[in-house]
Amino acid sequence: MALTQQDIDQEIAAERAAYEERVAGGAPVEHHPRRDYAPYRSSVLRHPQRPLVAVDTAQDPDMVELHSPAFGERDITGTDNDLTRHHRGDPLGERITVSGRLLDRSGRPVPRQLIEIWQANSAGRYAHQREQHDAPLDPNFTGFGRTLTDAEGRYHFTTIQPGPYPWRNHVNAWRPAHIHFSVFGTAFTQRLVTQMYFPGDPLLPYDPILQSVTDDAARQRLVAAYDHGLSVPEFSLGYHWDIVLDGPVATWTEEGR
Amino acid sequence: MTKTGTSSPGRPGQVLPTPSHTVGPFYGYALPFRGGEEIAPLGHLDTITVHGYVLDGAGRPLPDALVELWGPRPDGTVPRVDGSIRRDPATGGCLGRNGVEFTGWGRVQTDAGGHWYARTLRPGARGRGAPCLSVCVFARGLLVHLFTRIYLPGDEAALAADPLLTRVGDRRDTLIAAEQAPGTYRFDIRLQGEGETVFLEFR
Ligand SMILES: [Fe+3]
Repeated sequence: MALTQQDIDQEIAAERAAYEERVAGGAPVEHHPRRDYAPYRSSVLRHPQRPLVAVDTAQDPDMVELHSPAFGERDITGTDNDLTRHHRGDPLGERITVSGRLLDRSGRPVPRQLIEIWQANSAGRYAHQREQHDAPLDPNFTGFGRTLTDAEGRYHFTTIQPGPYPWRNHVNAWRPAHIHFSVFGTAFTQRLVTQMYFPGDPLLPYDPILQSVTDDAARQRLVAAYDHGLSVPEFSLGYHWDIVLDGPVATWTEEGR
Repeated sequence: MTKTGTSSPGRPGQVLPTPSHTVGPFYGYALPFRGGEEIAPLGHLDTITVHGYVLDGAGRPLPDALVELWGPRPDGTVPRVDGSIRRDPATGGCLGRNGVEFTGWGRVQTDAGGHWYARTLRPGARGRGAPCLSVCVFARGLLVHLFTRIYLPGDEAALAADPLLTRVGDRRDTLIAAEQAPGTYRFDIRLQGEGETVFLEFR
């Protein structure tokens, strides 16, 4: 029998109950999904079964992973962070501005690093050949942008509110509206790919990808805040979303940034 | 919670991290860039080719995995050179690398057969470890990316002294590429099951 939303809801609830039990038993808070989160069916054959091997970066401060690739002004053009200006015409949909800061676990800003985003158009369709969803492509919207954080770690994008879209995880599976983010830090160990969601989206509880973050507070950190101060008069609605990179970094006394 | 408060610097672990998510299936028009796999400057004598498959728990190749490589120069120093993804200010298009400078970083999507390749410079030794390239793997279905390393065969003394290779015991072969021809190395990434690649968690 085909897998229904109700089946997935039960699995999601069971995963959350198991997590809450672990924490009640003294286990640490889990900020990231478990890679073997079965309600997201694609994960079943794509996660390691052996435990990861811990590498203590303090034992070898020279390891290459404590450094990060560099990006600069020549990697970016002026309109790369304005996804509404990548074609001759204006894209369809509600214009939004998304802004926030890139920080490390200590709250220090990460300046001059690369943030890439990609997303569906306002109808919920990606500009990707293999995308099968029967929603219109927008000739004036590709849905890919990038920027460098400024000296205070701030980033800023102008784009279109993405639409929700169906997928084949189970019958009647819909992804909530989201923007994909790819982020670099001061160390390669901090590399992050994630997704930003929108507040009040009724699809959030049904989505096994978002719910793979079983910790309530951690999951909430993936939802942007509507910020009226970021809304641009006569132009766009504003959302604020800070990104905090995990993973060890080189000690601050070391060379460089 | 989405707006992190102001915080005093220097107290580690004070701000809670943004959770990771899968890269999904539709990053292919966004993240890969022209020349992402051609990391070595053109004609450089220390150029090596590394290539292989990304395989799932059933041994099937992944046609939608993304592999990032990051490594030092042959002398062991770490590049701080930008320009991996240079843009054309006139058209907004991608110019890619200039073929002269070495940024150390590359990104390659597996092809329809699950195969990837990259040409980069032979990494030099750093610190206590044997020379290696750092690898970060992303894929649909993979909720958190995976780190591993590519060690090159040849200097058996250096490999034998490497702290990580020593610790992983009989799984060390999953971290050492196989030399197929001078300067050409095969490195498969097995996400699960028989011969599962050693994946790393940096602390
Ligand atoms: Fe998506």
